[in-house]
Amino acid sequence: MKVYLDNAATTKIDPRVLTKMKPYYLRHYGNASSIHALGQENDLLIKACKERIAKIFQTKPDSLVFTSSATEANNFIIKGVMRANQAEGKHLIVSAIEHPCVLNSARELADEGYRVDYLPVDSDGLVKLDELERMIKPDTVLVSVMAVNNEIGVIQDIAKISELVHRKGAYFHTDAVQAIPYLNLDIKKLKIDFMSLSAHKFYGPLGAGLAFINPDIKIRPLIVGGGQENGLRAGTYNVPAIVGLTEALILSYKERAAYIKKVKALRDYFWAKIKQAIPEVYLNGSLPKRTPNNLNIRFRRIEGEAILMDLSFKGIYVSTGSACSAQNLKVSATLKALGLDLADLNSNIRFSLGRYNTKAEIDYTVKCLKETVKRLRQFTPIV
Amino acid sequence: MSLNYTKKTISHFLHPKNLGSVKNADACASIGNMVCGDQLSFSIKVKDGIIKDIKFLSFGCASNIATASVLTEKVKGLTIAQAKNLDWQEIVKDLGGLPNQKIHCSILAVEGLKKVIAEYETKHPAVKK
Repeated sequence: MKVYLDNAATTKIDPRVLTKMKPYYLRHYGNASSIHALGQENDLLIKACKERIAKIFQTKPDSLVFTSSATEANNFIIKGVMRANQAEGKHLIVSAIEHPCVLNSARELADEGYRVDYLPVDSDGLVKLDELERMIKPDTVLVSVMAVNNEIGVIQDIAKISELVHRKGAYFHTDAVQAIPYLNLDIKKLKIDFMSLSAHKFYGPLGAGLAFINPDIKIRPLIVGGGQENGLRAGTYNVPAIVGLTEALILSYKERAAYIKKVKALRDYFWAKIKQAIPEVYLNGSLPKRTPNNLNIRFRRIEGEAILMDLSFKGIYVSTGSACSAQNLKVSATLKALGLDLADLNSNIRFSLGRYNTKAEIDYTVKCLKETVKRLRQFTPIV
Repeated sequence: MSLNYTKKTISHFLHPKNLGSVKNADACASIGNMVCGDQLSFSIKVKDGIIKDIKFLSFGCASNIATASVLTEKVKGLTIAQAKNLDWQEIVKDLGGLPNQKIHCSILAVEGLKKVIAEYETKHPAVKK
């Protein structure tokens, strides 16, 4: 049996989405910037896609910029807003548990002479609002806090954070990559200035990202060229990817209620079974304040990558924030920010469920996990 | 990240040799990597200057387990002097190569071996001569 429990890394594309994309490779392949009919029909199509997406998030079509990924969208927004608004200040605040694309964008800006502060989180993984209140200074331009953490699935109180950031006179960006379709992201109501998404996290294609911008706030493009996206993001429009992103998003929100109910029931069943079968397991981050697809579990006294590899040989695919599994041998910033004991930092596995998982798969996973943990604990030197 | 282990590394990870602690060991030593958090513990039994038995415990990734496992196989039966000269590159070669970011695992295993031998020599100064 093969069990894919790494849906927060990427999801399998919805076949209905793929079907909608195909004609844009095979028949309607015109460059949307071309003046002839084959190009202009795609130009109209992109406009229509933006209209449909804007409706879901209660925003305007001209606030949407298609990118190649959420990584690009985050780079574009963070660097673009900071660089374009230097007259207002050079202070940036990002949470300590952001995705590396946000953390490394911030680092790059720090190298360029910007001041960067990292907003800490509590042991549940929630950002400390009182700290944020103190951190925001008159020269703070942008605050970036992810809606849902990619490792522990913890949901931030975006409404409260946004209100505080605006009250103190800064702009607000949220990386919402892991939030679809779990959260109702009403951009107007939540007063979100900037937001990033990626289609492959919600059963859409790879290579399709989206940046939401507030057209009233200055932003500098990251990629310059032929003037696409109102000069904000150059590069030939990836029409099939845009179609795929739009279809996947619409389907995700249309089928949202049933999906959330199913995945939550399966996740809760999974966690209950794990606790029953395996001793010394703990959840990282808040249980109630996390998306219903996520479990990030600490298996004390054994190492995450070893667990991952052992499960992989049994056909079960998960991920870990352990230092061993990182190219730079650094433990995940998120797990560190939670304040875990040093000894526990490398013992974590993320299970992220998705649309296609079944109860039989979960039962098989628990059985295998029990064996894996038992085997590795037999020869651990840690007591 | 590219992380393709050789068949031999996988086999040592799934079926490690010489697991546990040697009974009535002549020396024990633990070593850890401050960067990645991995840990290894070795225990040895020595007779007439020859490593008669060696076992290990591991808190670490697949390559940490595999390198320690293959090291114990290589070292058993060697004289103390021979074991002291074991090079981490021999471990890597024996496994048919390791991914770049996992080379340090073989270094940790060899350092652990050196530490347990040093511990043995401290406890048995006569043998050193």
